[in-house]
Amino acid sequence: MKIKLPGLGLLEGLAVTGKNMVQSFYKKERMTTVQYPEERAPISPNFRNFPFLVYDKDPQAGLRCTACSICEKECPPQCIYIVLERDENGKSLKRPKVFDIDISVCMNCGICAEVCPFDSIYMDGEYEMSTDDRFGGLLLGLDRLSKSAEYHMKLRPEQASEVMARRKADEEKKAAAAAAKAAKAKADAEAKKAAEQEKGGEA
Amino acid sequence: MKKTFLDRHRAGCPDHVARASCPPPNQNQAFILPLAAATAEPSLFSPEFLPRLPQRLVEMILTNFGVPDWLVTIAGFLVAAGTVVAVFLSAFALLSLIERKTLARAQNRIGPNRAGWFGILQPVADGIKMLTKEDIVPAKAEKFLHLLAPILIVVPAILALGVIPYGREWTPVPLELGLVFFFAVGSLTELSVFMAGWASGSKFPMLGAMRAISQMVSYELPLIISALGVIMVSGTLSLPHIVDLQGGFQLGFIPSWNIFTPWGLFAGLLFYICSIAEANRCPFDLPEGESEIVAGHMTEYSGFKYALFFMGEYLGLLAIAGLFVTLFLGGWQAPLPGLGFVPTWFWFFGKLALVIFSYLWIRATYPRVRIDQLMRFAWLCMIPMALLTLPAAGIWHFTGRGLLSWVVVLPLMLVPWVIVAVIFNRRLATTTRTYRFADT
Repeated sequence: MKIKLPGLGLLEGLAVTGKNMVQSFYKKERMTTVQYPEERAPISPNFRNFPFLVYDKDPQAGLRCTACSICEKECPPQCIYIVLERDENGKSLKRPKVFDIDISVCMNCGICAEVCPFDSIYMDGEYEMSTDDRFGGLLLGLDRLSKSAEYHMKLRPEQASEVMARRKADEEKKAAAAAAKAAKAKADAEAKKAAEQEKGGEA
Repeated sequence: MKKTFLDRHRAGCPDHVARASCPPPNQNQAFILPLAAATAEPSLFSPEFLPRLPQRLVEMILTNFGVPDWLVTIAGFLVAAGTVVAVFLSAFALLSLIERKTLARAQNRIGPNRAGWFGILQPVADGIKMLTKEDIVPAKAEKFLHLLAPILIVVPAILALGVIPYGREWTPVPLELGLVFFFAVGSLTELSVFMAGWASGSKFPMLGAMRAISQMVSYELPLIISALGVIMVSGTLSLPHIVDLQGGFQLGFIPSWNIFTPWGLFAGLLFYICSIAEANRCPFDLPEGESEIVAGHMTEYSGFKYALFFMGEYLGLLAIAGLFVTLFLGGWQAPLPGLGFVPTWFWFFGKLALVIFSYLWIRATYPRVRIDQLMRFAWLCMIPMALLTLPAAGIWHFTGRGLLSWVVVLPLMLVPWVIVAVIFNRRLATTTRTYRFADT
């Protein structure tokens, strides 16, 4: 049987706290405190807060959103409000005139980002959203929602680069298809022309 | 002529203690000792006399204006009291910050560092916050007692601080019965704690006050008994004299403080533990056990009254630590020979800071004990061990305080301590708790 000197446990305890006390002055890994307003801990790529809208290059014309209203319909607390922009003839311009998200209602579920077929809406990493204006300050319009694709790339590089690659591939495919279509149209036109000439010749 | 105990003690005084500094026999003695400064009047601005400077200035000015002597004495004491209050209230403010910083470091945090440079203004911010809070008096409270309790908890702590010798030339009120005064006034804390608990008119304060009383009464016994050994060996109740008798060095470098004697080591340890319990500090902070009884007797207090409770607690802590330094750590005596050029109050406050830091360290380390553990420890362990210091101190005195005394007294103290420690270790530490329903 191991006989432990009575009272030794108390001294061991004191040694532990004493070590903490002394080492916290010079060991970096002991002090994990982040002095918040001056410095910030880096946020994880998996961190998601309120949604934002992605645009390529131009904040107005480059907006990926087509105002299809899928997110508006899917949103469980119904915090999204979209109005489609139309020209004077009433024809859709495929971009939102109004895109509002009430973040006092939003529950950060990320369903809008999941359902968006145009890679337009994603969850943001910004967390300092407090305001003293509880109506206007918490209702984010297009001006505060639209953020550049570079911002998305910086925030979540993995997801953004995958999206970019897919969009690029799509675009190339579309361009190729367009080119093929154009070539076909040209060939068709030429064939038509030739046929007409033939017809004319016959006539 | 019949020989008194003090005469015998004076004859038995070891050589390193100047015979002249042995206490005089207290026959027909004035109740208040003459001030030490009356015998030697050095320059006004020497560092040794710095803490007494306000008192002496006021006395000099009043004497010059032809004020009668008794009025000058009263004014001098008032100024001395003012100095004590000023010094220890700023010490309280500083201590509240240092405590938070120390605890933070023990938990690998930084602690308050926003208000001012390294958080130096944090106590000011706390004070402003406390002052601007709403002062709530419960409907069922005894209004007058509810108001009186926080005041009465600060007063005894300040009174007790008045009799402690802070330096060779500075004991604010050099009472002949200083130690008795200290304990008598210190017991008033219990009264005000119970007053607070009763006057709040609610369950938790009442329970907390009951706990506080049982704890304080239990630990006051060993506290006083372990101080009795010092009184026996010193032969005086005057705190300045007790410090005087601890002057000098053994073997040239070991200070002859009471803690460096075989009985004093153990008595000092007991006194130290009891002082933690008396000051309601962790691990004996049961009166304000947050997890069990909200905040004990302070539950129904808010705002500045709550701050007054804290002030009383910290001032009491400083007072009891000061008494520990005085009785066992040689008061203002220098720790090594050849350090006479340093003002003596520096040594006192240095030792006080060390003792206070040890309290903080203990608070950072140990969890709170249970009430039954607390009471069992007091009555079964502390009091018998404290009683044992009395014969030990007597034997130490009458065997000449030399090598022989060490040989006799050390085993006398050590053997029962080890036995009790082993028994308690087996009884308390190794009991496995059985649960009636969960273990089936």
